[in-house]
Amino acid sequence: MGNKQTIFTDEQLHGRYHELAPHLVPMDYTNEPDCKVPLSLIVNMPELKENPFRNRIVESFSEGGDGNLSFNEFVDMFSVLSEMAPRELKAIYAFKIYDFNVDNFLCKEDLEKTLNRLTKEELTPEEVELVCDKTIEEADLDGDNKLSFADFENMISRAPDFLSTFHIRI
Amino acid sequence: EKASSDSNSGSEEEDSMSEGEMARLMEEVEEKKKLIATMRNKPWRMKRRDAQQFVDKFEGALGKGKGRKWFAYKVMMTKKWIKFQRDFDNFKTSCIPWERKIKEVESHFGSSVASYFIFLRWMYGMNLVLFGFTFGLVVIPEVLMGLPYGSIPRKTVPRPEQDTAQDYSVLMDFNGYCKYSVLFYGYYNDQRTIGLLKFRLPLSYLLVGIGNFGYSLMLVIRTMAKNADVGGGDGDESEFTFAWKMFTSWDYLIGNAETADNKYASITTSFKESIVDEQENQKDENIHLRRFLRVLANFMITCSLGGSGYLIYFVVKRSQEFANRDDLSWYEKNELEIIMSLLGLVCPPLFETIAELEDYHPRIALKWQLGRIFALFLGNLYTFLFALFDEVNSKLEEEQDIKNNSIWIMKEYYANFSRLTNDTEATPPPMNPADVIRGPCWETAVGIEFVKLTVSDIQVTYLTILIGDFARAMIVRFLNYCWCWDLEAGFPSYGEFDISGNVLGLVFNQGMIWMGAFYAPGLVGINVLRLLSSMYYQCWAVMATNVPHERVFKASKSNNFYMGLLLLVLFLSLLPVVYTIMSLPPSFDCGPFSGRLKMFDVIMETIDLDLPAFMGTLFSYAANPGLIIPAVLLMVLAIYYLNAVSEAYKNSNNELKKKMQLVRRDSKRAAVESSSLSAEKLLFINPGSSRHCSLFVFHPGSRRREEPEEQYRQHQPGDERLGGLTAEQILHPASSSSSTKGWSVKSDNNGSTYATLGEKVVERVYKFLKCLESGKNVQKRH
Repeated sequence: MGNKQTIFTDEQLHGRYHELAPHLVPMDYTNEPDCKVPLSLIVNMPELKENPFRNRIVESFSEGGDGNLSFNEFVDMFSVLSEMAPRELKAIYAFKIYDFNVDNFLCKEDLEKTLNRLTKEELTPEEVELVCDKTIEEADLDGDNKLSFADFENMISRAPDFLSTFHIRI
Repeated sequence: EKASSDSNSGSEEEDSMSEGEMARLMEEVEEKKKLIATMRNKPWRMKRRDAQQFVDKFEGALGKGKGRKWFAYKVMMTKKWIKFQRDFDNFKTSCIPWERKIKEVESHFGSSVASYFIFLRWMYGMNLVLFGFTFGLVVIPEVLMGLPYGSIPRKTVPRPEQDTAQDYSVLMDFNGYCKYSVLFYGYYNDQRTIGLLKFRLPLSYLLVGIGNFGYSLMLVIRTMAKNADVGGGDGDESEFTFAWKMFTSWDYLIGNAETADNKYASITTSFKESIVDEQENQKDENIHLRRFLRVLANFMITCSLGGSGYLIYFVVKRSQEFANRDDLSWYEKNELEIIMSLLGLVCPPLFETIAELEDYHPRIALKWQLGRIFALFLGNLYTFLFALFDEVNSKLEEEQDIKNNSIWIMKEYYANFSRLTNDTEATPPPMNPADVIRGPCWETAVGIEFVKLTVSDIQVTYLTILIGDFARAMIVRFLNYCWCWDLEAGFPSYGEFDISGNVLGLVFNQGMIWMGAFYAPGLVGINVLRLLSSMYYQCWAVMATNVPHERVFKASKSNNFYMGLLLLVLFLSLLPVVYTIMSLPPSFDCGPFSGRLKMFDVIMETIDLDLPAFMGTLFSYAANPGLIIPAVLLMVLAIYYLNAVSEAYKNSNNELKKKMQLVRRDSKRAAVESSSLSAEKLLFINPGSSRHCSLFVFHPGSRRREEPEEQYRQHQPGDERLGGLTAEQILHPASSSSSTKGWSVKSDNNGSTYATLGEKVVERVYKFLKCLESGKNVQKRH
């Protein structure tokens, strides 16, 4: 349940946000300014730098899908990825992250892109095809040859490693 | 009880939740207290005790009453204990040596190659323990408390050999000073007790020798049993192999570039392994052709094994004839070793080529290959033991002569001495130890053979890696620029790590150690050093000079195949040692059992002299066949019973697995059929941010009486996710008869619409939203 406390203080997190773009982010938020840190600065954070999905992660938490995060969205991103966030919440955002064309389905192209990012394109095209076909075959419940959120959630809820791997500590 | 309804932010909700819990707890405590008070009038004491316990337990938690300090202390101690346990576990895990190295190899080469290194590490651990036994209980006492070098004949280099004793070539052959050192059997003295502590060295020597085997046996069987447990629940059967690999294999915590590289490699390898498994499953089955090919391949291999076996036998016989002649050419002198090495070089690749006919899964093909090469190496073992026993027998005959001789010479010496000093009364000083005639000491000779074999084995292995892998890699890499064809893609290219050859080498090496450790206590130390350096050397070689197999396959879950081979070799190496202990007489002038008829006589002596009388009679009863045969029968019956029980468990396991598969299939079908998904749980996300899309969820079934209202906020109008629906449209079907509260809609200045609703209604809305999200058409009844 989403009733656990976050483990960092607001000031610490705001400090991190501020140091991404000191000239953009004001120290004083009492007037609720409307500033957003661009994508390119956020994906250079040490926590995200090595992640093959860093662009998608940031895009999924931004409002227009362009990857520029306001402070609230920044907080949202790290709280969903923290170890306290509940499983269902993580599943929702994992689905968004892996959905490259943002059509609410994980279609074969999305899976191929995911796989190529994961293996740095070391697999042959036949192997990629085999893996994607098998994935869809395993998880697709309604037979439309792509994974909807229900399919994804059904599959991810049984995965033993999901909670421990879908986790960023800041 | 209903706490105040603060429903605007999550943190307040948390507070009220825990406050609610606290309140409930408090109420229960008060109730129990009341119960206790009124209990005085009730005859039933039981309840009061329970109630009293309850109060004791929880009053402290609430921070009042006498239990408070104790409770706080208890809580703190529990937390500290848990933290200590966790730290200790972490420490234990970090103590495992070479873990990072092996993980690196695993991520680049797959789990089958890594399984060799894990096996190597396990062997190292076992050898370390054996080394501890041998050195601690045999070598160190002799060195510290026994007679020093040069004091008695067996510890001194004989006069004739003294000139050459320090030569490098002699030392390399383990003669000279090496032969008369703690490394070998012959050095040990046969005094019943030595030193101040009255340490019984001969008994300790024998018991350590037997104990080495006992410990190894116990360890191997225990590891096999442990592995067998894991093999029960086969992870390959999980229904989401590829899906989980794709979505849960990347560890988001990785922030280090090198770790990330390793992770990419390991993910790729893992996918490749699963692909190989999948391709095997998908292969077309032409059963008859495949069966025919397999029978053909087995036939061919059996023929070649038989042929090499006969060849070995023939060559051994010839070498016996050669032993009698003196005019031998170089080839004839070394014929045996040459033939054995040739066989060892030629047969494994031959077997591999023939095995391609069989077209097995790589994991199974590996096992077959291991089994076949094992059979081949047994021939090796046979020749070696044969030669050894020949030598032992000849030494035993020699010994008889020398024994008679030395007694005669001793008499001569005394006669001479008394003649020279003209004094028949004085006792002559003992002969200089270097001058005493020495028996051939067959045990030391055997020990030397084993040590030589081990050392040459080490040299051959390291040289093979250096030349076969390293030099090859260098040539391929550097000559490639100026060679006609592509060295890297064609012949010879980089080598692959030969798992079967290396595993068998390790297993047979261990067999040699087991056999030789009784006759050469130093051998175990040599082996420990060898395994340690092997680990580093081979890890480096694999990472620097080898390429991953073309078809990377997952090692079988249990390492039991390697353990099974090891067990077999353990028994094979036990037999010669036990035979010699039981039937061959020990040398008369060297080793801890000298002078006795049989080696195990030392145990009889100990029972007679050192243990109390009743133990002697006890042992004699225990040795009675009338007792032993029933005991053996009982053990056989126990084995039969345990076998039957394990069969029954296996059967029930299979039944349960089948049931699970049926259930899974049914649940899948049910999930597909029903379009209305049951709302079990709903989440609560980030209600704090005002602009963010918050999907609002909570537990319809929970007893959250304190929050009768929840708020649902929706996106700005026009959000595709909800199909452009506003709250009003959702409100439509919401009027239900059983709702406690209806919708009430408000909108703020930004154009967002808010709706508040009662518990039951949200359930329906959730179902509705789920349908929307899954892209299905909205059902009219919702």
